[in-house]
Amino acid sequence: METGALPRIVHEYAVLELIVISILNGVLFGMLLFLLSSGLTVIFSMMGVLNFAHASFYMLGAFFGFQLTKWIGFWPAFVLAPLLVGAIGMAVERYGLRNTHKHGHVAELLLTFGLAFAIEEIVAMIWGRSPVDYRVPALLDFPAFTIFSTNYPAYKIFMLAVSVVIFVALLLVLRRTRVGLIVQAALTHPHMVGHLGHNVGRVFMVVFGVGSALAGLAGVIAGPALVTQSDMAAALGPILFVVIVFGGLGSLPGAFVASLVIGLVQTFAVALNGSLASVFGPLDAAGGPSALSDIWNVTIAQVAPIIPYLLLVIILIVRPMGLMGTRES
Amino acid sequence: MRRLILAAAVIAPMLGHAARAEDTVKIGYIDPLSGGGASVGEGGLKTFQYLADELNAKGGILGRKVEIVPFDNKTNPQEALVQAQKAIDAGVRYITQGNGSSVGLALEDFVTKYNTRNPGKEVLYFNYAAVDPAMTNEKCSYWHFRWDASSDIKMEALTNYIKDVASIKKVYLINQDYSFGQSVRSDARKMLTAKRPDVQIVGDELHPLLKVTDFSPYIAKIKASGADSVITGNWGQDIALLLKAAADAGLKVNWYTYYAGGAGGPTAIKQTGLDHQVFQLTEGFANSGHQPAMDYEKAFRAKVNMSLWYPRAVNEMRMFKAAAEKANSVEPVKVAAALEDLKFEVLDGGTGFMRKDDHQFFQPIYISSFGKLAANEPFDEENTGWGWHLVSKVDTPQAMVTTTCKMTRP
Repeated sequence: METGALPRIVHEYAVLELIVISILNGVLFGMLLFLLSSGLTVIFSMMGVLNFAHASFYMLGAFFGFQLTKWIGFWPAFVLAPLLVGAIGMAVERYGLRNTHKHGHVAELLLTFGLAFAIEEIVAMIWGRSPVDYRVPALLDFPAFTIFSTNYPAYKIFMLAVSVVIFVALLLVLRRTRVGLIVQAALTHPHMVGHLGHNVGRVFMVVFGVGSALAGLAGVIAGPALVTQSDMAAALGPILFVVIVFGGLGSLPGAFVASLVIGLVQTFAVALNGSLASVFGPLDAAGGPSALSDIWNVTIAQVAPIIPYLLLVIILIVRPMGLMGTRES
Repeated sequence: MRRLILAAAVIAPMLGHAARAEDTVKIGYIDPLSGGGASVGEGGLKTFQYLADELNAKGGILGRKVEIVPFDNKTNPQEALVQAQKAIDAGVRYITQGNGSSVGLALEDFVTKYNTRNPGKEVLYFNYAAVDPAMTNEKCSYWHFRWDASSDIKMEALTNYIKDVASIKKVYLINQDYSFGQSVRSDARKMLTAKRPDVQIVGDELHPLLKVTDFSPYIAKIKASGADSVITGNWGQDIALLLKAAADAGLKVNWYTYYAGGAGGPTAIKQTGLDHQVFQLTEGFANSGHQPAMDYEKAFRAKVNMSLWYPRAVNEMRMFKAAAEKANSVEPVKVAAALEDLKFEVLDGGTGFMRKDDHQFFQPIYISSFGKLAANEPFDEENTGWGWHLVSKVDTPQAMVTTTCKMTRP
């Protein structure tokens, strides 16, 4: 017994470490998703447009961040790049969406769809198709703390802090200010808000701009930690739709919870080794390798990338309005 | 008369065009130039363009100019077939590809079918890096030639080395989830069990190919497993980002890799501070000590501004020239026949040969480690000040595997 106890303690210690690190990684990824989905979900419920180009604004943020960092340094880029992306977003709303609005939602949808492709090609033309060398600023390039025996990079803590600050600020603006009141009203009753004398068009434009700027901000801070390249929008876009549908369209708290859930689920799925074989025991060996034995032995880690989409399907069947959504649309 | 002149005026340029097309040997380079594989794909393209320039400066192949025509396959098998057809339509009779065995298998099948249906217009597929053993075993083809050591050859060499390193006790396998990654994983399991039954395999991971942008969850898992060594066949951004995440988390293990030398890998290793703890398996490397290869490396770096990742590409192009000269023709059918059993002095020294049975090239294999440079090692990587250092050389006879290939010969 004496000899067996020590390895078991060491093992449990390692599992605890895995759980803590996975929670940190999952929350971080979730907060990044929230920066993106918050804008997308508000735009959707307000204007009825699923903005396919939203992830493209995230990519633009990353590339602007990279370019401005080269010219004027990371910190000015950190402020300027989201503003630039926000300005582009406002221009898209003012001169693109507002004009197509009278032709209905399909035209608006197609506009954002085309825009996503156009942005990807333009980015590829300017910066090329291979990843650009967007590095973590030297000021934040050190391990923030060592938990158990794993270092946690300071830059990731910075990403987490920025996301939390934005979340709190967004919540305060929407819940505690007059502007937030109008935005919330416009979410559910845009016509009534218009009749009351508010300039709904301008509200739309500002919301679209702020949403794009938040996506841009996510790009600026995620660029150095992940990979900045011309297909990053296409890789992230589908997950965003999962988040906003899962959380409930138009619901900010819903988007927040869904972002965290998706972030944690994806991170923990990677950490788990279970497969059907480990739960129900191996198949009869005499059967030899077959399609069934392939499926039987697939681990959760291997299917991690499709788990969010499974969640999407399940939530649409069980609760079509999403976790915290209030209306079915 | 006027009609004759008119006809001549129309036909003459066509003839002229045909004559010019015959003067050049077009090689279709079908590899990723966008997406996750772009960094390695662009490196390969620059390498082949350098090699073509070099051949052309010395009179080309049988007096014909060599031209590399790039096609972007986005590391996607379907896209690669579309691009291969486009290449053939543009007059290409030789295609070369390396990144992704899934792509390689599709191209091999495509070329075989194409050649059966289009006798007299045969196309050869020169493979410089797709290393799934299936390509020279159950799926082998007469029209495919491979210059890189297949993954089972590399694993044979690696496990022969690991056999004598007693400190390796717990091994973690992490590979890309497609044909090549799966073959690395199964070969590693099989050979480790046979040669080092005491070694414990504490993890066996497959992750999506070129899609993961943050490996920290995987690194946390490796850490939790208590592994002392990791074996991985990852390439492109999958090895660079894996090592980067390991560096960020401060994971200290030995890394036995196929491709740590690719773009971004060396920078990440330097960041981890793992001095001579990351190993790679190659058919040659910058500090191999073989003088002609080191002179070549120097000239290559001066012109292309990157390290020579693919000494096998040098072997491929030089052997292509040798075979064409032996056959006194650039006709693919004759070149293919001349390549069979062709013996060749490889760039990094020693003799290799293209086995007739399966069209696999056998050559000496090096295990090298990355770290601080010794006095006689002039080359570092990615300006890190660190470079590759010889650990073990496996000569051609010890780097051979058997084949089950039964190819259909024309």
